[in-house]
Amino acid sequence: MTEQTATTKEEEVLAKLDAFAELPDAPPKRKFRLTWVGYVSTAVVVFWLVICVIGPSIAPFHEMDMDGDDSFLPAGEGEYGHFYLGTDYLSRDTLSRILYGARNTIGISLVATLIAYLLGITLGILAAVKGGWIDMGISRVNDAILALPTIMLGLIVIAALGSSIPVLIGTAAIIYATSVFRIARALGQDIMVQDFVEAAATRGEGVWWIIRAEVLPNAAMPLATDFGLRLVFVVLFISSLSFLGLGVQPPASDWGSMVRENLQGLTYGSYAAIWPALSIASFTIAINLIVDDISAKAGGSLAKKMV
Amino acid sequence: MNREKLFEVKDLRISAYNDEGEEVKIVKGVTFDIHKGEVVALIGESGSGKTTISLATLAYTKPGLHFTGGECQLFGNDVLTMPPVQQRDLRGGNVAYLAQSAAATFNPAITINEQVTEAAVLHGRLTQAQANERAIELYHALELPDADRIGYRYPHQVSGGQLQRLMAAMALCGKPDLMVLDEPTTALDVTTQIEVLKAFKKVIKEENSAAVYVTHDLAVVAQVADHIVVLYSGEIMEQGSVDQIINHPTHAYTKRLMEAVRPIPEAGQGVEVSGDHDRVVDNIEVRNMTAGYGGIVDGEPVVPILKDINVSVKNGHVVGVIGESGCGKSTMARVMAGMLPPARGDIILDGNKLEGDLHDRKLSELQKVQFVFQMADTALNPKQLIGNIIGRPLEFYHGLTGREKHAKVAEILDLVELPAAFANRYPMELSGGQKQRINLARSLAANPEVMLCDEVTSALDSIVGANVIKLLTNLRDKTGVSFVFISHDLSTVASFADEIVVLYAGRVVEQGPTDEVLEPPFHPYTRLLISSVPEMRIGWLEDTMQKREMAVGIARGVEITRVGCPFYNRCPLAIEGTCDLKVPPTLELENGHQIACHVSLEKLLETERETQQILHGYEKLGEEDPQVHVP
Repeated sequence: MTEQTATTKEEEVLAKLDAFAELPDAPPKRKFRLTWVGYVSTAVVVFWLVICVIGPSIAPFHEMDMDGDDSFLPAGEGEYGHFYLGTDYLSRDTLSRILYGARNTIGISLVATLIAYLLGITLGILAAVKGGWIDMGISRVNDAILALPTIMLGLIVIAALGSSIPVLIGTAAIIYATSVFRIARALGQDIMVQDFVEAAATRGEGVWWIIRAEVLPNAAMPLATDFGLRLVFVVLFISSLSFLGLGVQPPASDWGSMVRENLQGLTYGSYAAIWPALSIASFTIAINLIVDDISAKAGGSLAKKMV
Repeated sequence: MNREKLFEVKDLRISAYNDEGEEVKIVKGVTFDIHKGEVVALIGESGSGKTTISLATLAYTKPGLHFTGGECQLFGNDVLTMPPVQQRDLRGGNVAYLAQSAAATFNPAITINEQVTEAAVLHGRLTQAQANERAIELYHALELPDADRIGYRYPHQVSGGQLQRLMAAMALCGKPDLMVLDEPTTALDVTTQIEVLKAFKKVIKEENSAAVYVTHDLAVVAQVADHIVVLYSGEIMEQGSVDQIINHPTHAYTKRLMEAVRPIPEAGQGVEVSGDHDRVVDNIEVRNMTAGYGGIVDGEPVVPILKDINVSVKNGHVVGVIGESGCGKSTMARVMAGMLPPARGDIILDGNKLEGDLHDRKLSELQKVQFVFQMADTALNPKQLIGNIIGRPLEFYHGLTGREKHAKVAEILDLVELPAAFANRYPMELSGGQKQRINLARSLAANPEVMLCDEVTSALDSIVGANVIKLLTNLRDKTGVSFVFISHDLSTVASFADEIVVLYAGRVVEQGPTDEVLEPPFHPYTRLLISSVPEMRIGWLEDTMQKREMAVGIARGVEITRVGCPFYNRCPLAIEGTCDLKVPPTLELENGHQIACHVSLEKLLETERETQQILHGYEKLGEEDPQVHVP
């Protein structure tokens, strides 16, 4: 009996060896699932993106209307309506200003980050692929910009050109393109020395095809995770400029300037500065958590591959 | 055997959990014993769980794995359930681990001696002074050059084989009860492998320590092990003494492993080439080619690698290029492919001269010469579907699109014996052997005349590698493609190539039809290579060490010299005053067989006769004198 089971087992092993001897019989799985943290964070980000679009239409008041009876009112019923989050230092409705401000804060950062990415990736990959003098030239200019403190650089540019939304976007984009360039170039250089790029080169492929088909798909994932982080930095950068009074100009609202304007209210026990701060925090932390979740997943599958 | 039991592995089970939380069993109940002074070999292919089991003796698993059952007892104490403090003491103290790559194990910024003695001192087994003394003892035992002072060097100042031996010193320094060796010779050249094996065997015997030897190479196991455990997919197929397993295997899987062991390189193994694909001109030819790296100054490369190479490949032939690492094998293929423009000389394809730089070559020329990279893992873009990887050359060279392309991709997948459904997979979703097939398929898709294969089987398991060789032979017969097959493994080349080119330090030292090259007279270097290929026979290591070429040939690296014969310092027949000063002449033999050597043909033949006599004295085979062709 035991001998019989032994032989069947032997046969089983041999059958496995013969029919696709070389392992994985499992069908490929390409599922991508987030953890619950990822889902909650995604929900938060989606919520804010929706607010960007519909914010002004659902706001109970206009962002510039001074409808409150007094400044720094606590949440509750007022003479002219219900102030869900109270009023700010000019007796404007805090909730309405947050809903309006989402558009400015998130919109400006998103556009600025996208431009930074376009610039950074294009130049970074170009430098990595071409090398030599092109790489040298772009990299040194980049280093020079990178050497200046971001806020100082932003202050100088805005002081010179005046504060407007295009100037804000442009400044943030250029400042943050420098670090994107660094990452894109490093990634590009790593990928350029891979055998599959050399295989494409020996086939006679052109530079454009190598960038598009060989380099970019492999750089996409790390760049995407970095995009999340970079967006957070830009939100904080715009907010800190606004905090200094050089960002979005009053009476238009954005979260950063709202914190600055209402800072004095804290001494009177008003939450008017806390709500916009929480908005910034919720958006940036959510993005960070999504990024973490994605990179943990990517790392996890790598570990699985090693097993 | 009534020796003391040192280590017992009882019904060991190890599992991993996948993303869905399902349990994936990696090791499924493995039981074996290790006695004092005994070497136990764990043998199996990748994925058999052999490394995982060997790490369990250190109470360690790779991240993501868990012990789910069984015991690992050292002197009767289960190491798996020990408190972490004791486990820490165990690792590097009682049980020492030698990783596969010494180059990756040593910290390049710290001297060798500090690293060798570190674990012994850390675990309080020896004081620093005792440890230093012990280390020097070990250096002597491991036959390291300049043993008293080698410890003051940094890791990059010694050769690969020496570093591998130093790692053994590191493991042995604290006198561990058990040593775990994980494929310690797999990545080495055959000549270096012998040197390391010899040192390991000697030191294990002298120290009377026990060892777990993890490998997939049966021939190596036959030399060092006392007891063999054959694993497949986390289960023991068969275990027994080395004599029992090597000479009388019973399990079908063990027998299968035996079959995949490459035969000893001998004449007459190659397959006859059919004349179907013959043409007047040679397929690809290299004439008087000199190449190297670091740019070209005054017509000479700054770092010369290849010098005055003449090689030609006939239609439908397989030319094997053989030599140790650093001999310029890959460089030769890279020059042919146009990746490295030569400093001098011509590359001729179908009678027409090719440009040195691939950027200057015509598309049709690029299409005809295809390079196959060594590592399929890095040669295939992980973000492209197999269908696109194979489809791109079809589209690029032959303008195929849409349905036509899909049909052709399926056809090519079939040619490399893979199902057409693989077109929708990513490279990561394939096994190593399957990836290598895709790697070949991509080159095949170009419909080339010559395929330059750079060590395509070196990274594969023996069974998988043997299958790839079978595939290449079929492809040659079906398509009439010529192959330049680069390998450091003479037995692979011997079983498959029509012609062999032996490269040493950037020069062709011998070339000709396989059957001629593998028969005497040999160039002394070819002789060394042949003697170094491990045989699956107990006692082979001792026998081969008796040969004269071993005395001077092994334990020396390849040095590229500008004058004389580069093999001078490793050659048992070297003539002082001639070999070190003058470039050796080429001796022309029959059938285009060439040997570049100062030593006369008669002398080479006579030496061979002596070698055979010594050998036969040991093997007692009683065969007749080896057949010798005198031109």
